[in-house]
Amino acid sequence: MMDLSVQLPGLNLKNPIIPASGTFAFGREFSMIYDLSLLGGMCVKSVTLAPREGNPLPRIAEAPSGMINAIGLQNRGVEFVAEKELPFLTKFDTEVIVNVAGASIQEYGEVIERLQGIDVIKAFELNISCPNVSAGGMAIGTDPDLAAECVRIAKRVADKPVYVKLSPNVTDITKIAAAVEQAGADGLVLINTMPAMRIDLKTRKPLLANITGGLSGPAIKPIAIRAVYQCAQAVNIPIIGCGGITCGEDVLEFLLAGASAVEIGSENLVDPWACPRIIDELPGVLEKYRFASVKDAIGKALPQNS
Amino acid sequence: MKQSNAVILSNAPIARDVFKMDLRTDLAPMAKPGQFVQVAVPGFFLRRPISVSWTEGDVLRIVYKIMGNGTDKMSSMKPGEELSLLGPLGTGFPIKDEKEVVIMGGGVGTPPMLKTAKAYLDQGSKVDVILGFNTAQDVFYVDEFEQLGISPVVCTMDGSAGVKGTVLDGAASAGIKTDYVLACGPLPMLRAISASYTKGYISLESRMGCGFGVCNGCVMTDTNGMQVRVCKNGPVFPIGKVVL
Repeated sequence: MMDLSVQLPGLNLKNPIIPASGTFAFGREFSMIYDLSLLGGMCVKSVTLAPREGNPLPRIAEAPSGMINAIGLQNRGVEFVAEKELPFLTKFDTEVIVNVAGASIQEYGEVIERLQGIDVIKAFELNISCPNVSAGGMAIGTDPDLAAECVRIAKRVADKPVYVKLSPNVTDITKIAAAVEQAGADGLVLINTMPAMRIDLKTRKPLLANITGGLSGPAIKPIAIRAVYQCAQAVNIPIIGCGGITCGEDVLEFLLAGASAVEIGSENLVDPWACPRIIDELPGVLEKYRFASVKDAIGKALPQNS
Repeated sequence: MKQSNAVILSNAPIARDVFKMDLRTDLAPMAKPGQFVQVAVPGFFLRRPISVSWTEGDVLRIVYKIMGNGTDKMSSMKPGEELSLLGPLGTGFPIKDEKEVVIMGGGVGTPPMLKTAKAYLDQGSKVDVILGFNTAQDVFYVDEFEQLGISPVVCTMDGSAGVKGTVLDGAASAGIKTDYVLACGPLPMLRAISASYTKGYISLESRMGCGFGVCNGCVMTDTNGMQVRVCKNGPVFPIGKVVL
């Protein structure tokens, strides 16, 4: 049997497949259609200190080979998530990652402080890359100093490893990656959505009420592969790849670029069974390309390994 | 919720830019009045939410309007081709023990009201139907309701067919006094209905990401200030429940 397991800081993944934040809510809807214990891990929807209503509608638009969203971090706040959402996940054998967001770098620390001591949480993921909020999000993740300071604040209070999800919307992503590594990040998640927009020809107005949104789906996969490949050569912390993955071949491409695991995002919305399907496909794909395990494939496209 | 590779049996225009498509799918027997399916159109990433209009055995009928590139592509598809459907989704219209109901459909909000009308007729309710369109070229489904034994009141905004005005003008003109309403149509129509009726249910339309409650792409606010997902908590809501 093909060994799909990967061990990352805080995360003992039975396979490298993790649903991405914002495409999986808190797992309830998906638990009705498959066993969440099949998943290597799962990353829940972004959590902020206070409840957030998110952006006005429309929040969603089609794009060539993908979609644009501007949800705006709608969530019911850390208190509700800690009390009402996370306990539901204790019955599943999967590694839960909580995605944390904030309007200021201090807020990230305050959210994590409230989540201390909750056993079901295995790691935090700092969302310093959301393009759809007026404060925080991408504004933090595109500035190396702010990004590093955010990580330091998070690390001071976090009782679990801290991963940092970066934006592709920067001139040199390796500079941000190096800054957050230096600040103590335990791993990177690459990448969040790419700022984008569409205009309705009939109304002559932006299609999204927020004007811009984040592009995701297969359209951004090559951008994500590039970001993983560059950062894997710039940092020594592990990388979780994310961006447009729809099948087992896509997973292998991310592994070759230097990712140790992957997050599946938009594909969950159009094929709700995407994650278990990709987990099923993976052994055959690895075998086809002559790899003995997931670990065996990690980083094999990098210059230092070829 | 199931995924089904449905086979197109027919796909033909029935009004201006409006197409009726029959599909063979194992989702058909599962669908309740007012539920919808998410249709994957070849070459497009997101699925399109389209209400179930009618089912008979393993045949499921949808009626859709060409609104953009995705629905345009759908309109060119031929019998024998396959479409991936996800469904049935959403709450649907509850079939309550009401003696009399008035059913209102506006434009492409009309299709789900056919199956809903049938369900109320089957339990012995008296059913009045009022259909609203912009102009005569847009009118469809009069025959379908007549086949159920209902003579729908047709209204057009420009008066080119039936009563001139909205579905509310149609109700006044036909002297329909029933106070329990079931409606689907554009937002201005649902707002007007919500201002005139206090009992019944309305079905909302929305752009959607997933269609099953995870992405928060179609969220509206209810009168208690709680956020509701049109796809999962709806699309059918008690009248007056959601801020329109």
